Amino acid sequence: MIPGSEYLIEVTYIIAAVLFILSLKWLSSPTTARHGVWAGEVGMVLAVAGTLLYHGIVDYKWLAIGLVLGAIIGVPLGNVGMTAVPQRTALSHAFGALCVTLVGTAEFYLRAPNVPPFVMSVLSLEVILGGLTVTGSLMAAGKLQEILPQRPITYKGQNFVNLTMLAIAVAIAVRLVLHPEAMVLYPFMVGIALVFGVMMIVPIGGADMPTVISLLNSYAGLSAAAMGFVLNSKLLIVAGSLDGASGFILSVNMSKAMNRSFSNVLFGAFGQVQTSAAAAVEARPVHSATPEEAAAILSAADKVVIVPGYGMAVAQAQHKVRELYDVLTKKGVDVKFGIHPVAGRMPGHMNVLLAEADIPYDKLMDMDEANPDFPQTDVALVIGANDVTNPAARTDVGSPIYGMPILDVDKARTVMVIKRSMSPGFAGIDNPLYYLDNTLMLFGDAKAFVGSIVRELTGGGGHG
Amino acid sequence: MVKADLINSLYVFILAAFIGFEVIRRVSPLLHTPLMSLTNALDAIAVVGAIILAGEHKTTLATVLGTIAIVAATSNAVGGFIITDRMLKMFKSSRTQKP
Repeated sequence: MIPGSEYLIEVTYIIAAVLFILSLKWLSSPTTARHGVWAGEVGMVLAVAGTLLYHGIVDYKWLAIGLVLGAIIGVPLGNVGMTAVPQRTALSHAFGALCVTLVGTAEFYLRAPNVPPFVMSVLSLEVILGGLTVTGSLMAAGKLQEILPQRPITYKGQNFVNLTMLAIAVAIAVRLVLHPEAMVLYPFMVGIALVFGVMMIVPIGGADMPTVISLLNSYAGLSAAAMGFVLNSKLLIVAGSLDGASGFILSVNMSKAMNRSFSNVLFGAFGQVQTSAAAAVEARPVHSATPEEAAAILSAADKVVIVPGYGMAVAQAQHKVRELYDVLTKKGVDVKFGIHPVAGRMPGHMNVLLAEADIPYDKLMDMDEANPDFPQTDVALVIGANDVTNPAARTDVGSPIYGMPILDVDKARTVMVIKRSMSPGFAGIDNPLYYLDNTLMLFGDAKAFVGSIVRELTGGGGHG
Repeated sequence: MVKADLINSLYVFILAAFIGFEVIRRVSPLLHTPLMSLTNALDAIAVVGAIILAGEHKTTLATVLGTIAIVAATSNAVGGFIITDRMLKMFKSSRTQKP
C-alpha cells in the first residue's frame, strides 16, 4: 500500500464534494449550466479513481465488470428522446435506490449480529426508503411509459393497508435495532418495503406523476445519505442530502402547483380519485374558428402568449409551434410562452421539449412571469393544455381544482384553444374557459392545426 | 470513536442540506428537469461504497450484491451526465441565435 494513500482518498472525496456543490450552483443559469455537468463529471471520476486506490480492495475483476457493464447500460439511457425523459428519470431513481438497498443489505450481513443500535437505525432507514423507491420508481416508470395502466387503481381500505405495511416494516426495524441477532427478520423488512413501493404508486394517476417523481427523487437522495451514515462516508452524505434537498424542493413546488397540502406530499397520500363530477356536461354554445380566421387574428396581434400543455408534446406539435413562432416573430409580433409548473410529465419538462424545438429560453416564462402579462396580451393560444387554464380554479369554490394556481389566459383580449373535441381533461373537469365570449375554439389535431395556421400566414401573403 | 463519527456525520448532513436548499432554490424553474437528472447522476457517487464492498471480497454475498450495485450506480452516472448535457446544450438564448 502506498503510504498516505488513505489521506489521498479523503482529499479526492473533499474535492469531489466541493465540485458537486459548484455543479448545482452553476445550474442556476442556462449560461453556466454546462460547466455544472463538467464539474460533476470531474468530481465523480476523481472520487471513483481515489476509491480504487483503497488498500482493502483485493480483487479488481468484479469492479471492472461492474463499471463496464454499467457504462454499457448507461449510454443508451442517456440517449433517449426528450419526451421519454420522465420515465428515464424514474428508472434512474430505481437504479440509484437499488444500489443503496443492495449495499445496505450486504453491510447488514457482514456486520450482523454485532450491529450497534445507531448503525442499525440508519441502515433500516436506508433499506426501507431504498426498497420502496426501487419498486415505486419502477411502477412510475411503467405508468409513464404506458406499459402499466395510467388510471389510478383504488380499493376500499387502501390507505389502511398501506399504512399498516409501513408500520410493520418500521416495527421490524425497531426490533432489529434492539436485537440485531434476530437476523431472520431482515428479509421481511426489505420485502415489505419493496411491496409497499408498488402499493404506494398503484392509486396514483398520470396527472400526478410530476409530484411522484420529485418525491421519489427525494427518497432516493435520503436513502443515499443514510448509506453515508452507515459507511461513515461524508461525500455520500453530501451527495445524498443535495439530492434529497433537490427532490424535496421540487416536490413542494409541484404540490403547490397542484394545490395539494404539504403533508399530502410528505406522506405520499396523493391520488385519491376525485369522483368525476362532470358526468353530464350540458351542451353549451362555443365559438369556433377556422385556421384562416385564427391566422388573421394572430397576424393582427402585437403580443401573443402561447400556453403549451402535455397534449402538444403528445401530438408532436412542438416543431410546428416553433414554425409559428418564427413566422409571427418575423411579422413583428411579440411571441412568448407561458409555462405552468405541471405542464409536462415532470418538473421543467415542457421547457426541455420547447428548447429541443429550438425555441429560445428567454421566451419561456414561468407562471409568475406570465400571469401579469395576460391583461396586456392580444392573443393567448392554448395548445394541448386544459386544467391549468381553467378559471374555475379561481372562482368556483365547488370545483375539485379550486385554489390551484392557473395561467390566467382568460384575461387576454382573445383566447384561442386548440383541442380535438369538447371532452374534459385528465381530472374530468369541465372548463368554463371554453364558453367565454372572447374564446375561440380551434377544433383539430394540434400539429395539423398549427401547420395550417403557419401555411395561411406564409402562403396567404403578409396582408395582416 | 463511533459517537464522534456520528456527530461529525450529522454536522456534514445538516450543513450539506442547508447548502443544498440555498443553492437549489436559486435554480431557475426553466432547468428543473436537468436539475433532477444531474442530482441523480451525482447521487450515483454511492458507487464508491459499492466498489469497496465488491473489492474487499469478504463474502460471496457482499461481492455479488456489490457488483450489481456498481452496475446500477455506474449506469446512472453515465446516463445521467449524458442526458443532462444533451438537454442543456439545447437551451439557447434568442440573442445568440439571431443571425
